[in-house]
Amino acid sequence: MAEAVKKATRDAYGETLVALGAEYPDLVVLDADLAGATKTGMFRKAYPDRFFNCGIAEQNLMGVAAGLAASGKKVFASTFAMFAAGRAFEQIRNSIGYPHLPVKIGATHAGISVGEDGATHQCCEDIALMRTIPGMTIINPADAVEAEKAIRAVVDFNGPVYMRFGRMAVPVIFDDSHKFEIGKGVQLKEGNDVTIIATGLMVNEALIAAEQLKNEGISARVINMVTIKPIDREIIIKAARETGAIVTAEEHSIIGGLGGAVAETVCETVPVPVLRVGVEDTFGKSGPAAEVLKVFGLTAENIIAKAKQAVSLKK
Amino acid sequence: MLDAAKKKELSIIATKIRMAAIEGTYHAKSGHPGGSLSIADLLSVLYFSHMKVDPSNPFWPQRDRLVLSKGHSAPALYGALALKGYFPVEEMSRLRQVGSHLQGHPDMKGTPGVDMTTGSLGQGVSAAVGMALAGKLDNADYRVYAILGDGEIEEGQVWEAAMFASHKKLDNLCLIVDNNNLQIDGTVEEVNSPYPIVEKFAAFGFNVLTIDGHDLEQIENALNQAKECKGKPTVIVQRSVKGKGVSFMENQVGWHGVAPNQEQYTLAMNELKEQLARLEEAK
Repeated sequence: MAEAVKKATRDAYGETLVALGAEYPDLVVLDADLAGATKTGMFRKAYPDRFFNCGIAEQNLMGVAAGLAASGKKVFASTFAMFAAGRAFEQIRNSIGYPHLPVKIGATHAGISVGEDGATHQCCEDIALMRTIPGMTIINPADAVEAEKAIRAVVDFNGPVYMRFGRMAVPVIFDDSHKFEIGKGVQLKEGNDVTIIATGLMVNEALIAAEQLKNEGISARVINMVTIKPIDREIIIKAARETGAIVTAEEHSIIGGLGGAVAETVCETVPVPVLRVGVEDTFGKSGPAAEVLKVFGLTAENIIAKAKQAVSLKK
Repeated sequence: MLDAAKKKELSIIATKIRMAAIEGTYHAKSGHPGGSLSIADLLSVLYFSHMKVDPSNPFWPQRDRLVLSKGHSAPALYGALALKGYFPVEEMSRLRQVGSHLQGHPDMKGTPGVDMTTGSLGQGVSAAVGMALAGKLDNADYRVYAILGDGEIEEGQVWEAAMFASHKKLDNLCLIVDNNNLQIDGTVEEVNSPYPIVEKFAAFGFNVLTIDGHDLEQIENALNQAKECKGKPTVIVQRSVKGKGVSFMENQVGWHGVAPNQEQYTLAMNELKEQLARLEEAK
């Protein structure tokens, strides 16, 4: 494969906010002293009157976002995933989720690809936390193109959305013809022996894995599960029925995230083996992002191993 | 200044808010009478003298907003909203019942007139700050009020919100701290003293006013002064009596979150009815 262009989804976040700022005079952006890192600084530069730095105070940030949304503003609330879903969980639950206010939470630096900052900043629990909030939509784009399309799709969406972006530059795998629809998984590769359902930066690994599996005579279907809630049950059930084995892949704890959502769906409908690739119930570690991903098994190699295991478990 | 007729009207409404709160908590067999009774006078002045609202159009964009950050005092808020005409007062007897739109804590999606969902302490004030910020962005002239408990200000989020409100010069925001001195586990000094409240808010850049929360005139004047203050948010620290108006509930920590039984309900309602009769007879 040719070396792909790489871009972080957080960069797409910053750029898309700037573009949307021109289209939506009611769009406001909040941050918590991380505007440079979350890339909302681009919006601040373009629309200083509609950017509010809440300082290092994420609980208040989420509440202010709720108040702005209750007053008709289109609000994007940004900080790192750890401090959004983690620190301000209850503010998101009670002030945004319960009244179903259309706050768009742009959580960057999700997962262990934060890299050098280490475990305190490597949030691998956010999808699990956000999934438990009734009415919350969770979107985890695979690349910068999908991130832009997703951000554009949620701006007018009448409900709370948790959007998960990464720090690390990742390969751009889609072109402009890529379609994004909230709640829809996308099949990227046909296959009959096993299905790899991936999200975020693991989608690219899943595509690599499927190529190699093909060389070894295993036909792997690849699904990009960009919306984790509401999960696309239809595409999962179809995959379970047609391929009889599933591997999930996510840059998140194997507990409660994509793997959990897929396993729940499969167990209740078409029980087939579901093996999960993700962070195995452990805290992260410091190191360059690419190396950390390898250390924690977030690789095409691990997906391949799990896919073979899943196939062997088929009845 | 309140003229005699207005003062009489507001006193009567405050008593009726108290009756509604007792009615609601009695039927629910749960709820928070103490802190509801301590803000009845404040709510009377806010909704019946001060706030620009339209009960026939609860979502009117130009309305003044009230966020009951101490959401457990919902029975008093519901009483005020019912008396204002948002829904029938009779619904108070359905408080906290399955199928009722009067939830244990305020629910903006369920109850007409409730401007923000609250109940988890410390959160309402941030939402009020967001609403005030939206008002500034829109050059709207509406005002935003938030009522906090004195125990509630032990929450760190309150001070995050206070810092931000002051930094953004939100002079369309008025917080009211209901300083009844009691929280669930005891007096606020015993539990985790928030004092000195006045100095704390002053240090955070607020215009701080202190009043007797059961003196309608003082409430009215403070709300007017808050309106006139430019360039900074105002906080009104109102000294109040938890359980105010029902003799056996006054200043009793045990009445924070316990409903009256039938005997207590009758006693309380008789006291309030007597007060009401006296107020109605007065010139």
